[in-house]
Amino acid sequence: MSTTLSTTLGQIGDLARRSITRTLRQPSYVIPPLIFPTLLVAVNAAGLRPSTALEGFPTNSFLAFAIAVPFIQGALFSTMNAGTDLARDIQTGFLNRLALTPMRGSALLVGHMAGVMTLGLIQSLFYICFALAVGVRFEAGVGGAFVILALATTIAAAFGMLGAFLALRTGSGESIQATFPFLFVFLFISSMNTPRNLIAVHWFKVAATINPVSYLIEGVRSLVIVGWDETALLRAFAVALTIGAISIVLASHALGQRMART
Amino acid sequence: MTRSEFRSYRSIALGLAWRTVHNAITQPNIVIPTLAFPFFFFVAFAGGLSQLQHLPGFDFKHGYTAFQFVFVMLQSAAFGGVFTGFGIARDFEYGFARRLMLAAPYRSALVVGYGLSAIVRWALVAAALTIAAFAVGMDVGGNGVALPGLYGLAVLVNMTALLWSAGIAMRLRTIQAGPAMQMPVFLALFFAPVYVPLTLLSGWIHAVATANPVTYFLEAGRSFVSGDTVHAGLAYGAAAALAVLFSVWAYRGLRSAEAAGG
Repeated sequence: MSTTLSTTLGQIGDLARRSITRTLRQPSYVIPPLIFPTLLVAVNAAGLRPSTALEGFPTNSFLAFAIAVPFIQGALFSTMNAGTDLARDIQTGFLNRLALTPMRGSALLVGHMAGVMTLGLIQSLFYICFALAVGVRFEAGVGGAFVILALATTIAAAFGMLGAFLALRTGSGESIQATFPFLFVFLFISSMNTPRNLIAVHWFKVAATINPVSYLIEGVRSLVIVGWDETALLRAFAVALTIGAISIVLASHALGQRMART
Repeated sequence: MTRSEFRSYRSIALGLAWRTVHNAITQPNIVIPTLAFPFFFFVAFAGGLSQLQHLPGFDFKHGYTAFQFVFVMLQSAAFGGVFTGFGIARDFEYGFARRLMLAAPYRSALVVGYGLSAIVRWALVAAALTIAAFAVGMDVGGNGVALPGLYGLAVLVNMTALLWSAGIAMRLRTIQAGPAMQMPVFLALFFAPVYVPLTLLSGWIHAVATANPVTYFLEAGRSFVSGDTVHAGLAYGAAAALAVLFSVWAYRGLRSAEAAGG
């Protein structure tokens, strides 16, 4: 292993440890993403149970249909958490002090994602336990649950990187918080409550079809109510990786400007 | 109260109301969530769930847009009150309320001022929502004669939510009390027949919804949209009783803040 690579890995390790510790030490980061999505899904599942009587509805359990939503909603919280943390580093001058060190920009971005990915994994485990506790059975079995963990962690990392980009671009925690309603638009204008083929309003159906969040939800949902649906899974991973890749490019560019060394 | 005392009282209430409304309409981080959330819910529910009107037993005759308009109108009223509660908590946290309490001879006028501002804030949202609903072709029965009944009920809901939130804000005096103000209101709203009529709910949600006063607010509101007055007396009575109850709650909160020195 070259010295440069081992140095970079060391830097990533240091920042990842800091990111994980900082994330898990804050109850306001850990508790709401666990409680709020599960509460919302429980309430929605109770209220929307009659939907399953619609002709063509893919399952007779609305809870099984909707259980995919917390995984995506939890990942959306990652955007806020990752962005707010990085914005705080900018506002407190931590990033400026880092810029004086030989720290590589890539190490900063990758290390910063460790907290978000760890929290994403904890959230996903919590949602799987919640689903099992309320009687949801995964059609794809135990293997499917592991794929959900991998997909949800990938989605959390992708949205976390998006949050990092927003933080580097704006440098303000308040601006990151203000993006929350806009993230919710993507969740609500999606197939979260109704399968796309059963959406009757044309413009809504078009919006849900071009909304990438629909495919993330459908990927997780397929493992719960269908089994192994390669198309849904490929689409979900492709969307998550594309969001992640675009966010990395944007965040790297923004970081380059933020950490311009003199 | 003498005439000059009344003038002093009115001046405090109107001054505070003006300041709060001014802040609410000039700060993007307050304006955007206040306006955006009701629209998101309206679009997502009326657009994405409209197939539910074809369920057997769905007996609301004026379309799913009108059905959801009532919920979103009452929800915007409730959250208008809660968001004003956030402002009260912020005023206490940053010391503005302490200065207000030193300057105001009649401190209950402060609660009245916040209440007036909550009504004005909600009225702006209600006007925008109503225009949007009619623009997308909402069907109203009885030539809209009973529609003012919905707005009157929403004002009472707005006051109830404001008084609840004010009680919390004046006891805890920190913006961190936000979830304590918001979550019970959110739950009360969603433990009601939001998506389908009460008769189509089953299981625990039916039992909870039957005991929840919000159910009768929704049923009365939907009947106003239909041109009827089903449960109107019950809904107005329950809303007025809750407003009185939470007036006591807010008044005791004010006493708590006074005892703590603001």
